[in-house]
Amino acid sequence: MADRAPWSEDRARSILSEFQDIRGALLPMLHGLQEEFGCIDDPAIPLLADALNLSQAEVHGVVSFYEDFRKTRPGRHVLKVCRAEACQSMGAEALLAHAKSHLSVDRGETTADGAFTLETVFCLGNCALSPAVLIDEDLFGRVSPDRLDALLADYREGVPA
Amino acid sequence: MSAQSERALRDAVTVYVPRDAAALSMGADAVAREIAGEADRRGLSVKIVRNGSRGLLWLETLVEVALPEGRVAYGPVTKGDVVGLFDAGFLEGKDHALAHGLTEEIPYLKGQERLTFQNCGIIDPLSVADYQSHGGFVGLERALSMAPADICAEVTDSGLRGRGGAGFPTGIKWKTVLDAQGPLKFICCNADEGDSGTFADRMIMEGDPFRLIEGMTIAALAVEATEGYVYIRSEYPHAVATMREAVRLAEAEGWLGKGIHGSKRDFHLEIRMGAGAYICGEETSMLESLEGRRGQVRAKPPLPALEGFFGKPTVVNNVLSLCSVPVVLSKGAAYYRDFGVGRSRGTQPFQLAGNIRHGGIVEKAFGITLHDLLYDFGGGTASGRPVRAVQSGGPLGAYLPASLFDTPKDYEAFAAREAMVGHGGIVVFDDTVDMAAQARFAMEFCAAESCGKCTPCRVGSQRGVEVIDRIRAGIEPAANLALLEDLCTVLADGSLCAMGGLTPMPVRSALKHFPEDFGPSAITTEAAE
Repeated sequence: MADRAPWSEDRARSILSEFQDIRGALLPMLHGLQEEFGCIDDPAIPLLADALNLSQAEVHGVVSFYEDFRKTRPGRHVLKVCRAEACQSMGAEALLAHAKSHLSVDRGETTADGAFTLETVFCLGNCALSPAVLIDEDLFGRVSPDRLDALLADYREGVPA
Repeated sequence: MSAQSERALRDAVTVYVPRDAAALSMGADAVAREIAGEADRRGLSVKIVRNGSRGLLWLETLVEVALPEGRVAYGPVTKGDVVGLFDAGFLEGKDHALAHGLTEEIPYLKGQERLTFQNCGIIDPLSVADYQSHGGFVGLERALSMAPADICAEVTDSGLRGRGGAGFPTGIKWKTVLDAQGPLKFICCNADEGDSGTFADRMIMEGDPFRLIEGMTIAALAVEATEGYVYIRSEYPHAVATMREAVRLAEAEGWLGKGIHGSKRDFHLEIRMGAGAYICGEETSMLESLEGRRGQVRAKPPLPALEGFFGKPTVVNNVLSLCSVPVVLSKGAAYYRDFGVGRSRGTQPFQLAGNIRHGGIVEKAFGITLHDLLYDFGGGTASGRPVRAVQSGGPLGAYLPASLFDTPKDYEAFAAREAMVGHGGIVVFDDTVDMAAQARFAMEFCAAESCGKCTPCRVGSQRGVEVIDRIRAGIEPAANLALLEDLCTVLADGSLCAMGGLTPMPVRSALKHFPEDFGPSAITTEAAE
């Protein structure tokens, strides 16, 4: 995953301007900001409110409603373990427990070295090849605990499979 | 240089390696790179096409070689198998431990009735020319010559019902939007495929994106809409990328934008991404999200058909509904209607998922039984243990025991058994499953994903988790079972939308069909009923 830029008001304004004229621009703007900065920084809220003629409370309400939008920068890689029913039928809960103990983090936390943030997700659409995980934007299927360890080692070294 | 390799250099052999996310999840990119590299090392000329998936997902990465007699399949291929495949002569279709012969003759595929998925896995998803050479845009060309009301009538006559799960007749929805007055109307495609065990929307967007564009454009012509949006969940980055590229290509070739295909009709299409909220698969919540708000459900009426996106008349259809439309228009309503049973007409791409040996897409006419899907196609469980339960229709669908596997896949037959076809997903569990835990998860899921607007769903689901915990712990089980039933009634009758309204379905079905997992009181209670 690309390095996350530190907050820059100029850069943020230029991202918002890309979406200024489309209908229902708030989600595209938020995705744009998060792609650049890795999260939705607090100073972004008044900028968004101003750009879309909304109150800051309304913007904050949207940011907090959606699972995707973060308030803090994640680790270098984001590991999402699916825990929906199809993956449960193939051992997803055990895989999640393994991921927690292997990385020494709980859900939503980042490893001490900043390499991984562990998250859970309800369905990645890979339900015939369960259990599934997503690392950044790369999907993996039939992920055994051993395979997960190998994948994490690859990403830690910066050589994705 | 051998005569063989000389010939290969003259005529590049076409090799198909899927770009579908499921195939990528099993290493398809590495396989494609290895095939290109190995061909290079051997001085062989190979043209690699990154197709969609054929839907035989247990065989991914499924590599196909195009030969005069047809495409020959090898799978599941990993990077490490590639040198051996070259040694065995797979470019000439020779035998190998991973060989399956002609793809079309594989029983799993040969036994299907593919209408919606007819091109998926066959064509290059990002080639307009390839799409057209396989019958693409024929339906749209016909629609361009028809009056809007006639297009709606054709779709109504086909018997097509909403494939998102609710099963509402598509043509009647369209006619409502057509009859609504106003200069601005929208087509919104619901691609927020959040149900566990479903992946057909994702596969067709990645494997045959122009079909969705064609279906949406036909809908636009039918209701006189000029703008469309595809709302794709953010968990599907590959589908988002493929759809964006397909829209760009369709615009460049005059199939979208101003003056579609030389006509006077305009249709502008945008791809939008969700942000990790299951509830946005509910149509009014999706519209709120598209408008840039919290994905909170709207009360109905007004129907989105009359007051939808930004209050304007709006068609909201699922991906598979819209992808079924091109064949209805190109081959006629009667052709489509001839498939199916009762009031469930046409075909449904069923998705075999979870603990299943041969998971993937099985597109069949309505009427096929769960048993045939599970055993004839699915081959039983992946673990080799007996099937104990299947969940049909996503996380809000019923858990069914083996005694109901003879149920035909038909909206009404499933409803009669307090179950639903939904979006066609079937999740299989073996005999190690704890059904009380699954019932608890249904409540937990509802608590996590509720939009919070109505009390039965927001609070009831949390209370449901607690009550099931008490039952499982053996605390006043009889009283708590009665309380759970009461809570389910409140959720089912008092919720604003299907999220809270259907959450009791998996809970009650688990309790009804698998009472032994809830302790002795549950067995007595169920027996007394």
